[in-house]
Amino acid sequence: MTFFFQNLVNALQWGSFYALVAVGYSMVYSILMLFNFAHGDIFMVGAYIGFGVSTALIALASSGAVVMPNWLILVLTILFSMFLTSFVGMIVERVGYRPLRDAPRASAAITGLMIGIILQTSTLALLGARRISFPSLIETTTYNVGGVFVTNKKIMIVLVSLLLALALHQFVRRTKWGMAMRAMAFDYATVPLMGVPLNTMVAVTFAIGSALAAAAGILFGVAYPVLDPYMGILIGWKAFVAAILGGRGSVMGATLAGFLLGFTEIFVVMIFPSTLRDLIAYSIILLILTFRPHGFFGEPYSARLRL
Amino acid sequence: MRKGFLCGVYVLLVIIAFSPSGCGNGETIKIGTIKIGINAPLTGDIPKVGEGTKFAAQMWLEDIQAAGGLEVGGKKYPVELAIEDNESKAESAVKVNTKMITEDEVLVIVGPQASKQAVPAGGIANKYKTPMISPWSTNPDTTKDRPYVFRTPFLDPFQGPVLANFITEEFKFTKSAVLYDVASDYPKGLAEFFKKAWENLHGPGSVVAFESFTTKDADFSSQLTKITNSGAQVLFTPQYYNEVALIVQQAHQLGWKEPIVGSDSWGSAETVQLCGKDCYGLFFSTHYAAAGATGATKEFIDRYKAKFGYVPDDVAALTWDSLRIVQKAIQDTGELTGDLKKDRNRVRDAMGRIEKFKGITGEMTFTEEGDPIKCAVIVRISDAGEFEFYKSVCPTG
Repeated sequence: MTFFFQNLVNALQWGSFYALVAVGYSMVYSILMLFNFAHGDIFMVGAYIGFGVSTALIALASSGAVVMPNWLILVLTILFSMFLTSFVGMIVERVGYRPLRDAPRASAAITGLMIGIILQTSTLALLGARRISFPSLIETTTYNVGGVFVTNKKIMIVLVSLLLALALHQFVRRTKWGMAMRAMAFDYATVPLMGVPLNTMVAVTFAIGSALAAAAGILFGVAYPVLDPYMGILIGWKAFVAAILGGRGSVMGATLAGFLLGFTEIFVVMIFPSTLRDLIAYSIILLILTFRPHGFFGEPYSARLRL
Repeated sequence: MRKGFLCGVYVLLVIIAFSPSGCGNGETIKIGTIKIGINAPLTGDIPKVGEGTKFAAQMWLEDIQAAGGLEVGGKKYPVELAIEDNESKAESAVKVNTKMITEDEVLVIVGPQASKQAVPAGGIANKYKTPMISPWSTNPDTTKDRPYVFRTPFLDPFQGPVLANFITEEFKFTKSAVLYDVASDYPKGLAEFFKKAWENLHGPGSVVAFESFTTKDADFSSQLTKITNSGAQVLFTPQYYNEVALIVQQAHQLGWKEPIVGSDSWGSAETVQLCGKDCYGLFFSTHYAAAGATGATKEFIDRYKAKFGYVPDDVAALTWDSLRIVQKAIQDTGELTGDLKKDRNRVRDAMGRIEKFKGITGEMTFTEEGDPIKCAVIVRISDAGEFEFYKSVCPTG
């Protein structure tokens, strides 16, 4: 039984990353009918920005200019990096996607792949191929709860990602911006006629998606403190699967599917040999999609931003 | 139609013009320069390995240049190094080898380092009859049935039993677990050799967990949970330094308190930097131990440290030895004819004849397969994060 609960804890942490990244895919899709394939690499850039910000804050704190405990540094790192990475998202949209907004969707998707490669290789060129170790801002404390090992980091990761998903949910549902987004997802062509600025809305969508990816990147750095320029590829692809599984355009769906994906990967290993992990896990996902081609919360021929 | 035809002709012309050995006589080198190819992972998963390779090669080249060139049969030849990046990918390593052999016209190739690249790249070198020596690849397939391919380190079929015996003698354990990357030649090969050796000692089923993952995975929690619950007394993980940090830290966070043992891929200067305190006190097998070295080994370490600012890892030391073996082989040919094909064959023959070569990673004599017979070293990561010599294990018989 402890074996089961241990895996449950593992899956909650692993699913958090998929969930946060998948939401970004889903939001952009709901408005532009486009999967931003550079999203996994924005996640990577977010992690690197987080590394830069935290290093700077640690230097500031140790110089004695400002007194900051480590948890405060972590909170500030997450907030600053989300803010900075949202600009990366907006630049990607402005440079990569806006000129192609009326081009065939395939061209725009290819653009995303190219931007991803550009982000990877420019990180490589800028920082070199050396692995970067993410500073450990909080000391790892391991709690043994009846044979199940939980670390403070794991708890923090799951809580922060659930909090962010909930915040986004409220944003989309309760604010004017959120309403405009939903309206735009409903009819992308008509809403601008009602006086809603299209370009601003798209930029805001990219900014929010990227900010969440940055948060995921930093949490990833806290949990797996080895950063490399290609770390976003695999997680990007898998989160993309989660976005599809959740139902294109559904925020809640993407979150749930992200966690489901994490659970599937972890629990497959619990039962089967680990060599077959992705084979079995993704066969299961394929099976689900065969019977529910629009995902959990998706509807045929519609990509409305739903809750 | 017409346009397409013209275009085709143009492309054909370009191909002919740039093809190195298509019909022209591209097989002779300029007498006067010896070109040596270095196939290294400068970017990709293990860039620190590439850096060590490059630095050691640069040091060697300095020595040659200081001596006014490489002396072969009373004549001094300038040496040129072609250092190419294989991005730590198998397919790129193959491309790099092909390019160096057919376009750069190198006399001999040093590298690739990791077995993942060295196994496929060795096939190319053998096919083009160009001598190649891998400084770091320990998988038997690299040199197997390839008369033109050599290596500097010991082999995994030797390393696996060394570790199984060491753990058995040191800790008196009978149950072990293995975690390895199933998509990479080196960890996969070594994991299997270890399993075989362990089961020879303790009977079938004594490897209680044999878990795997694939390259680029970062979360090993499900595998490690299985291992923790399997009743294993020790975890063996033959991974590269970037994964070692993640595996060891996650194992400790999941309540694993037993020893974790590694292989020569742990011996990078960056292992401890990424892993931190979690790795202190762990053991791994390797080619040499920097702390407490003497003689020529110490001289090399001191020079490298003064020049590049850190203690060289085993890759740097093995690359240094490989280049010195290459140097000896070239000198042993007696003279260079200038005919690249002939010279490559002569270098290969000379390399095969090398006996009791005194390298900084031990004494080496090549077998028929091009593998050296040499000793392994067990290193303990000290509480200061240094690689300390623990004991030496030599092949018997």
